[in-house]
Amino acid sequence: MRELLVDIKALSLEMVTLDGVARVLNGVNLTIHRGDLVGLVGETGCGKSVTAMSIPQLVPQPPARYSGGEVRFLGENVLEKSAEELRRLRSRHIGVVFQDPMTGLNPVFSVEQQMVDALLSKQDLLAATTLGRRWLPSSRMQRRHAQERAIALLRRVGIPEAEKRIHAYPHEFSGGMRQRVLIAMAIAGRPDLLIADEPTTALDVSVQAQILRLIAELVREIDLTVLLITHNMGLVAQLCNRIAVMYAGSVVESGPVRRILREPQHPYTRGLLQAIVTEKTGRGTLQGVPGSVPSLYEPPPGCRFAPRCQEARPQCTAALPRLRQSAPDHQVACVLYEE
Amino acid sequence: MLRYLLNRLLWIPVVLILLSLVTFVISRLVPGDPVKLAAGPQARPEQIEKMIEEFGLDRPLHEQYLRYMGGLLQGDWGYSIGNRRAVLPDLLTYFAATLELTVVATLLGLLVGIPLAVVAARWRDRWPDHLSRFVSIGAVSVPVFWIAIVLQLVFGQLLQWLPVSGRFDPRQSYPQSITGILLLDTLLAGNLPGFWTASRYLLLPALCQSLLVVALITRQLRGDLLEMLRKDFVMVARANGIQERILWSRYLMKNAMIATVSMLGFLIGFALGGSVLIEFVFDWPGIGQYATKAALLLDFQVIMGSTLFIGVVVVVVNLFTDLAYRLVDPRIRFS
Repeated sequence: MRELLVDIKALSLEMVTLDGVARVLNGVNLTIHRGDLVGLVGETGCGKSVTAMSIPQLVPQPPARYSGGEVRFLGENVLEKSAEELRRLRSRHIGVVFQDPMTGLNPVFSVEQQMVDALLSKQDLLAATTLGRRWLPSSRMQRRHAQERAIALLRRVGIPEAEKRIHAYPHEFSGGMRQRVLIAMAIAGRPDLLIADEPTTALDVSVQAQILRLIAELVREIDLTVLLITHNMGLVAQLCNRIAVMYAGSVVESGPVRRILREPQHPYTRGLLQAIVTEKTGRGTLQGVPGSVPSLYEPPPGCRFAPRCQEARPQCTAALPRLRQSAPDHQVACVLYEE
Repeated sequence: MLRYLLNRLLWIPVVLILLSLVTFVISRLVPGDPVKLAAGPQARPEQIEKMIEEFGLDRPLHEQYLRYMGGLLQGDWGYSIGNRRAVLPDLLTYFAATLELTVVATLLGLLVGIPLAVVAARWRDRWPDHLSRFVSIGAVSVPVFWIAIVLQLVFGQLLQWLPVSGRFDPRQSYPQSITGILLLDTLLAGNLPGFWTASRYLLLPALCQSLLVVALITRQLRGDLLEMLRKDFVMVARANGIQERILWSRYLMKNAMIATVSMLGFLIGFALGGSVLIEFVFDWPGIGQYATKAALLLDFQVIMGSTLFIGVVVVVVNLFTDLAYRLVDPRIRFS
């Protein structure tokens, strides 16, 4: 059995806002083993990003507040870690690629400065080579080494004339190029886990494929474990080997991609798969999931999906169904599969 | 960059010519007769006649203007109709005092304002934030001359720690002028006791003038820091494991300083025109006092001179502000 990298157990999270307390996560369960490529899918606002960002603890608190459960990374609960321990975890073990590359880089520093800082930070050398100590000969040497590595990384992620372009500022790069820079920074420390939060949503369609190909290549090259957040089922089918489907703050189904694509069990997963356009989809036959996402402030009783579910039964509204083994390596949270 | 600089420099004379025209016309159109005022009530008509001729006031306006501008270019800024002293040397002496006060007050303001803003943003809506808000709102809402008088009462009268008026101790020999800036002159001459005296005289007026800088910087920078804190690049930096200390001092500060730099330029330019109230309360011989007294006496040569001089200073400060702005923000530098 491969090493268990991430183990999220019954994680609950609330957001305190002016409108009240939003129950964003209601007992999320998710495991990631080393070498997995997990696709986390679901509608906007279902808690995908919050779940993923809970692993490196990048959810701003407040407004967020963890109200239960645990997030274990390599066996240790990150919810109990100190700020400095979390910083080390982020710099050495987890890389994150965010959705919008246009705003992810600091506009007033050159790409070189930002990459060198990120690289040094991953070696825990940043504090010793920045601010007042910046002009020490040893710092300058460290920075020069980091600069060489940064150029190599930029080449690796496909930036032409990297040794020249590295001196440019973010506004001189296109969106796709900026995302490449951000990917280079995220994989610089050879992290155990790469979290990619809709890495192509903000890009042009033509660039999306390039970025995805880059991520796929990197995965093969440096044995990355990836958590890919997306609402694009097709993407998951192509890139991932496992899938976790979220709905209104819970994981409702998870398992190997092939199995779930062939035999989806949860009615919501089935609805999602029917909403994909393929060449077999006839004109006018495209189906969505009827109804709309429930309120996070006053969620419906029991299964959150029950009000939209065509197979809902009386016992659906009694309690939130737990994620159970329905087949080997396949979990689903639905009363239809409870004995 | 060079082309931009050249372009800006070429515009300076144009601005100054326009400014001189406006000032000249206004200084001649104001009601009241400067000659009668200067000559005094007992002056005989032929004396007044002679003075009018002396200052060329009998010539047509355009000729007067051209003669004045011609002199200006040759370094002759005219002389005061009141005390008959040449304008330019006096201007430089008074301006040195203003420059000294402004530089020290601005540095003092930055030294207090920046940490105060950082603390307020870091502990938003907690007591450090409330304290900084109280200080900055207090500093702008209480009249500066009142603060000045309170400072004089407390530090001069009650505690007797600091002198309350003037630039230097009259019982000591006044430092020989090199730059006119006493702190610099005494240091250059190796006169440490003199430096100490000059600093003591400077402290209260500088403190008073720095309050506005502190107040404005704290408010502006705190807001900008909080806005920057919400940006995605902060999340990326944190995800890369950048320490909070470095994130604040390097990543956030440079972004947040952009607006503060342009505000600072405005503040410095404004202050170099002289802070009349502070100068009067502390009897600081600055350019504000000089120009105000001239205006009260309708001393038109001095009014012209100081207005033009302050105009030049403001234009130069603006130029430097723009350059600093470009240094901080690469998006402007290259466009």
